[in-house]
Amino acid sequence: MKKIEAIIQPFKMEPVKEALKNIGIDGMTITEVRGHGRQKGHKEVYRGQEYNVDLLPKIKVELVVTDARLNEILTALTTAARTGKIGDGKVFVYDVAEAIRIRNDDRGEAAL
Amino acid sequence: MKVWTLLVFSVAAMAQTPQSVDAKLAALDTAVKSAQSAGDNAWMLTSAALVLLMTGPGLALFYSGLVRRKNVLGTMMHSFILMAVITVLWALVGYSLVFAEGSPLIGDLRYVFLRGVGIAPNPDYAATIPQQTYMIYQLMFAIITPGLIAGAFAERMKFSGMLLFTVLWALIVYFPMAHMVWGKGGLLSASLGGKFPCFDFAGGTVVHITSGVSALVCALYLGKRTGYPHEPMKPHSLVLSVIGACLLWVGWFGFNAGSALAASGLATSAFVATHFGAAAAALGWIFVEWIRTGKPSVLGAISGCVAGLVAITPASGFVEPFPALLIGFLAGIVCYFMVTLVKQKFGYDDSLDAFGVHGAGGTLGAILTGFFATNAINDSFKDSAGKTLPLGWVDGNAGQIINQLIGTAIAWGLAIVGTLVILKICDAVTGLRVTKDQEIDGLDLSQHGEEGYFFEA
Repeated sequence: MKKIEAIIQPFKMEPVKEALKNIGIDGMTITEVRGHGRQKGHKEVYRGQEYNVDLLPKIKVELVVTDARLNEILTALTTAARTGKIGDGKVFVYDVAEAIRIRNDDRGEAAL
Repeated sequence: MKVWTLLVFSVAAMAQTPQSVDAKLAALDTAVKSAQSAGDNAWMLTSAALVLLMTGPGLALFYSGLVRRKNVLGTMMHSFILMAVITVLWALVGYSLVFAEGSPLIGDLRYVFLRGVGIAPNPDYAATIPQQTYMIYQLMFAIITPGLIAGAFAERMKFSGMLLFTVLWALIVYFPMAHMVWGKGGLLSASLGGKFPCFDFAGGTVVHITSGVSALVCALYLGKRTGYPHEPMKPHSLVLSVIGACLLWVGWFGFNAGSALAASGLATSAFVATHFGAAAAALGWIFVEWIRTGKPSVLGAISGCVAGLVAITPASGFVEPFPALLIGFLAGIVCYFMVTLVKQKFGYDDSLDAFGVHGAGGTLGAILTGFFATNAINDSFKDSAGKTLPLGWVDGNAGQIINQLIGTAIAWGLAIVGTLVILKICDAVTGLRVTKDQEIDGLDLSQHGEEGYFFEA
């Protein structure tokens, strides 16, 4: 099992959800986060006081998938999230030791 | 209209006996007076409610949107609690100290506990409305004025200190100043025998200079907020501030047009001047901001409108519509530079710009009133022969500018000295600033044990 953690542009959340749903993935967790990589922030001015805002709003998508489907899912996700500009985000993939469905104690891939 | 009614009535009455004519004329006289009183009282009660609207939702929203999220409730409380505290103080002694005839500096105690303040009008101030209407209307001014100061000590003042400060400030600064300008026999009274008649229609000196200058003293005395100006202290919700500013704009019609104390042509004129001043100031502020920073901000537009409302306040019952536009436009520009360049240069932390907007805008308005006041708008000032007197520079009375400067100087002096003394007292009795830990936690949690926003609930 692998965990996919993708940091994407907020306006790409719906296209990514749609793309994953189209290949039969409908379990995921979404968090509103702030951050930046190479993307520069912007300047805000309040009554002459300037603020540089460099932590920008992003969406973090987390989902755990079977090893067999990993590449297919990554392709769908990155294609849907891509604009080709700086700020599109990043994807990280981790090994997962165990998964449990709390309702009936299913273990491993059966729990996904 | 009144004359026609009388005429028709008189012609109809001619056929009747003289006695019944007299009786009917007397009845008519009573009816006319009662009709005028009904109209004036309706407008003045409405105005009183409008002025309270400026504090409750208006100022509370305007200021609380400008602070950080952790101080939203504490800042709202700075406005809201005044609606309670000042009301009680006003009933006990405030009304008497301001409006009883006493010395030129302060009223005597004849109206303490509102003794004798009933339904009968007080002809010295407003002959057509119950004195209680006048009393409650003036109370609303006393409520909002200390509320304006809160902009300078926002996000760092102890609640107990703020309460004591407010009570003392009303007693030592506001009540004397209001008596001097508006009270019978006051030193600066324009219509009731003042030595230096200073035109202040709705409170340029009494409300805005006193509060704005006191705000600067508070900001200097309390010191900067922890982290200012290095840490970001962005307004947490300009949405609240926009709603607040719009409520202030609407409420200000009660403040200025209500100061005519009647549903009269003068009220209309003040209403128009108020609106024009606000509009021109919003534009003045964003034009200069647009040129200097490249963007016309929403905060700039609403700050400009408040600056214009402040500056037009003393002038509103004295000036024609075009000078009102000019006064507003200038106020928008001047106040923009006060809260940006001047504040940055001197480095004081007037957190929400109470001095930059109310102190500067009030001073500008008080002085410009001396230029533009005209008896074409306000003909209530007459010499002993009943001839209408020239008012300001535009009427050929340049000397009025000196009187305006005297009123302004007295307001500044009283605000500086009074506020310094009060701060010393509060510092010794309750303390003024919250501790550094409490400041980091925010006023909502440290002073009130609450949070403004709790989304999980």
